[in-house]
Amino acid sequence: MTAVAQPLPAARRPKRMTPARWGLYAFIFITALYFLLPLYVMVVTSLKPMAEIRQGNLLALPVAPSIDAWVKAWTSACTGLTCQGIKIGFLNSLRILVPSVVISILVGSLTGYALSLWRVRGANILFGTMMVVAFIPYQVFIYPLVRVFSFTGLGQSLSTIVIIHTIFGLPTMTLLFRNYFASLPVELFKAARVDGAGFYQIYALIMMPMAIPMIVVAVILQTTGIWNDFILGLVFAGRDNLPMTVQLNNIVNSTQGERAYNVDMAATLLTALLPLAVYFGSGRWFVRGIAAGAVKG
Amino acid sequence: MRLSLNSRLSAISALLPALLVMLVVYIGATSWTVWMSLTNSRMLPNNNFVGLRQYEMLLGNDRWITSVHNIVIYGLLFVSLALLVGFLLAVAIDQRVRAEDTIRSIFLYPYSMSFVVTGLVWQWLLNPTLGIQHVLRSWGFEGATFDWIVRPETAIYCLVIAGVWQASGLVMAIMLAGLRGVDDEIWKAARVDGLPKWRVYVSIIIPMMGASFATAAVLLSTGVVRLYDLSVAMTNGGPGIASEVPAKFVMDHLFERANIGLATAAATTMLITVIAVVAPYLYWRARKGEVR
Repeated sequence: MTAVAQPLPAARRPKRMTPARWGLYAFIFITALYFLLPLYVMVVTSLKPMAEIRQGNLLALPVAPSIDAWVKAWTSACTGLTCQGIKIGFLNSLRILVPSVVISILVGSLTGYALSLWRVRGANILFGTMMVVAFIPYQVFIYPLVRVFSFTGLGQSLSTIVIIHTIFGLPTMTLLFRNYFASLPVELFKAARVDGAGFYQIYALIMMPMAIPMIVVAVILQTTGIWNDFILGLVFAGRDNLPMTVQLNNIVNSTQGERAYNVDMAATLLTALLPLAVYFGSGRWFVRGIAAGAVKG
Repeated sequence: MRLSLNSRLSAISALLPALLVMLVVYIGATSWTVWMSLTNSRMLPNNNFVGLRQYEMLLGNDRWITSVHNIVIYGLLFVSLALLVGFLLAVAIDQRVRAEDTIRSIFLYPYSMSFVVTGLVWQWLLNPTLGIQHVLRSWGFEGATFDWIVRPETAIYCLVIAGVWQASGLVMAIMLAGLRGVDDEIWKAARVDGLPKWRVYVSIIIPMMGASFATAAVLLSTGVVRLYDLSVAMTNGGPGIASEVPAKFVMDHLFERANIGLATAAATTMLITVIAVVAPYLYWRARKGEVR
């Protein structure tokens, strides 16, 4: 399930530029412009002063580039009641991200391990249900979960949002690790059993070290997924822990008076920075994550 | 293999979180949502059974009808355009082009960004006063109009533009993996028969790639039902209620309009729709032996 398209050897590339190939490159070039346009516009807008934005052209390079908008977006843009910039959201998102990624991967890998190598009664029902649930919109679960968490006293808090991310990451994480462990040679598992290793020993000492490629994929999937989440953070994180996406939306969509488009775009770029860094930093691993996640949907 | 009592207990303890999630969330929360949709709960849940009255109200609710109408338009256009663009991109890249890695990165990077970011960028690009319309006019196309985002009839198409931009790369990645899996012999045989390339794609390759298309289509469709952030960030459902979507209808009625009965009726409707689509797909895949 992690079939990744490999590049073809360069030697097999046609040498001559026929009209058909010109057309091909023209098509790629034009679509590439459509895909790059928003990123380009974000960057140039964030570097222009407002006067230049009002008079100038959306696509023009900034005449006098300045990072004032970036500074303002980071330190003093207003997100509703307070005006401390998007850095608050950034820190909140980090505080949500780290425990959520770690715990969801731990729980998911353990569940996948128990479901793949150990014959447990009802395992198929549990797994089948998870696969169906992965497709169901959050709106079905949200209100009862809000009530459950307020009943348990956790209410809206950092712990709540971490648990919520673990719950909703469970189907994908389980599937990822279950399929991976099921693909390992079963002799390995049997040998460890014969040597007297117990359930958790095999998990911690043999299976997880072997699953490092899957852990990398899972970290990438969960990091981008949790960082980009909006709805769960909005409902479960509580006012003091609102993630960056929610704060960004507040900065842009609930400002009074004239909109500062340069600050908006700087804040937007800042929010997109982490997933973009993960994407460009991880290269083919990101595609592997998609291929693995695609199994679930 | 027979398990000792000890390891059986360990295995069960490892599955406890998943069992708890299954009982509380999958079964508990879902049943409660369905139950609440049969009551006249307003700000707080109650147990006054009113049968299907909330569903009748839902069908008479303008905003819900608009939401459903919008999600159908969005879903059809978004899924078909993303499949088309993604497939064409994959075919183009599969022609042994130069700088393949760079080109792939360009098409896929939007997929790493959130819907909030996507929505806000496109909101700015489509801004009639300073966005693309302004650029076209400043280039001398005086009469150019591209003000879809402020017109009620066209606002939903703006969500489609942004959605396709964000998701086409995903389709491309899935399709490219599929195309690279096609046996070289097929290409050789087609060359011997003198078939033009496009004919090979239309008559041989596309029918072979059913699984890739199905996977991509299902992935995109689940995104459609969930569509919430994009509408909130880009248009906030507006102008008026022109770009409202079902997920937003549920959220607004739960947390702002204090109409839990109506909101859960809407959520239950979404649930039934998703199950009706997903169950046959999972069944088909399970029979193919992919899932279990």
